[in-house]
Amino acid sequence: MAESKQIKTLVDVGKAVPQVSDGGRVEKTLLRAKGPGDDKIHTWPHLVRAEFLCFLAVLAFMLVWSLLVDAPLEQPAAPTRTPNPSKAPWYFLGLQEILVFFDPWHAGVVLPSFIIVGLMVLPFIDINPKGNGYFCYADRKWEILTFFGGFHVLWIVLIVVGTFLRGPGWNWFWPWEVWDSHKVVAMSNVDLPYLFGFRDYTLSALFGLAVVAGYFVLGTALMYWLIVRAKGREFMERWGTARFGLTSFLFLNMIAVVIKLIMRMGFNIKYIMVTPWINI
Amino acid sequence: MSKWEEIKKQIVESPVWQAIFRHGYDDTPRNRVLMVSGNVWLHLHPSKVRRHGVRLKFTWCMGGITFLMFLITVVTGVYLMFYYRPVAEYAYADMKYLEFDMPFGMLMRNMHRWAAHAMVIAVWLHMFRVFMTGSYKPPREFNWVVGVILLVLTLLLSFTGYLLPWDQLSIWAVTVGSNMARAMPVLGHEGPFAEFAGVNAVYDARALLFGGGEIGPHTLLRFYILHCIFFPLVTTLLLIVHFWRIRRDGLSGPAL
Repeated sequence: MAESKQIKTLVDVGKAVPQVSDGGRVEKTLLRAKGPGDDKIHTWPHLVRAEFLCFLAVLAFMLVWSLLVDAPLEQPAAPTRTPNPSKAPWYFLGLQEILVFFDPWHAGVVLPSFIIVGLMVLPFIDINPKGNGYFCYADRKWEILTFFGGFHVLWIVLIVVGTFLRGPGWNWFWPWEVWDSHKVVAMSNVDLPYLFGFRDYTLSALFGLAVVAGYFVLGTALMYWLIVRAKGREFMERWGTARFGLTSFLFLNMIAVVIKLIMRMGFNIKYIMVTPWINI
Repeated sequence: MSKWEEIKKQIVESPVWQAIFRHGYDDTPRNRVLMVSGNVWLHLHPSKVRRHGVRLKFTWCMGGITFLMFLITVVTGVYLMFYYRPVAEYAYADMKYLEFDMPFGMLMRNMHRWAAHAMVIAVWLHMFRVFMTGSYKPPREFNWVVGVILLVLTLLLSFTGYLLPWDQLSIWAVTVGSNMARAMPVLGHEGPFAEFAGVNAVYDARALLFGGGEIGPHTLLRFYILHCIFFPLVTTLLLIVHFWRIRRDGLSGPAL
């Protein structure tokens, strides 16, 4: 019988490689067949089983969730009755929140494009060969810190603020405060050029432009200096101008959101650069 | 041989059974490979994977859960489509009809909505896991790019579906969310340099999305078609690429 022959072989293998104890018997045949470096196991049943159990658990969870909590349905759509506040779906509230700090074309178009493009170019600007295929902080400290700061801190914090802490007039309300639609907030924001004493439109615009351009030029220079200091000149040469330029540009844009947030929340500064066409 | 075993043998050896199922469940290495490679659905997997790639603490199963959420929304979404008409006069009434009159209507709607939310969270966690294990590094760079597009499509699917209940929550959320199209430089009428392109409130990027200057019946139909046909199709096509790539390149893992 074919069946008994099969079992005989497997028993032999079990004797031959006793150190491999977890997993099925057939894997031992494969281990011996391909040498000790090969750690592959069969998708059926090992991966398929794990996936199936995971799917069942998640499906059960979704079913219970859907039985317990009803999806919201408000009053019929009325284009003439604008609710205050009007909030975008929660996953876009991070973007709606940065409308406090930037004009719509910047917060709603330019920054999301930078986020998407930045995510897409990630595999091409990260040339660190280490940390491929395993969790390790030490091998990729800067990459992980940047991603963590941008995604988990900035993006998630902004979503939490937009979802839970913004009320009528997009004013700040703590969860224990009543949403008062008549809340009076002093609009004492000024533009940066005004704060520095510029009263002339053209000079204000030129000053603002100089600040924005200076931020990117000095920021890039600072990043270059820091990276050379931390990683060495040899790394910078290997990394190349294009990768460095793209990385520092995107990184500085991310930091600019934080800087603008601090300026607006801490010092009531609205715009850095004011022109008849665009404000930053 | 008992009677039942004899019946089983007759069925399994019949030409009809043999035409459908080409191999049994024998636990042999050859059959384990055939189970995957001979099955159109399972062959999205490679027939063998590296040992660590099966562990939950490595994969978090988040890509799989994202796909499961996609499947849940497809199944529940088809059910909802039987009762929902994307017409401004009927849409909201159909929602009520679905909730109160249709068998399992409320459950299907709840599952559709919560699965959509869960899909957004799962795809973010999947991206985070792939980042943390550095799995976007060569040779899987392009698959990460496809994944980013799928992330955007997940958000677009969720966003276009948000309008369909046609209640206050949906039209105002979509109004706010699509204001970015109005603010696009050059192409949006409230964006910078709009005057150079000659766009206005009824002729700009947002009007293209809305089918008019503001959200109305045309928007509902447009979002319905985008939500039920266009984005699901594009997502499915890219999912095929995404799965195919990971099948060819294999799961990432530490060097042997």
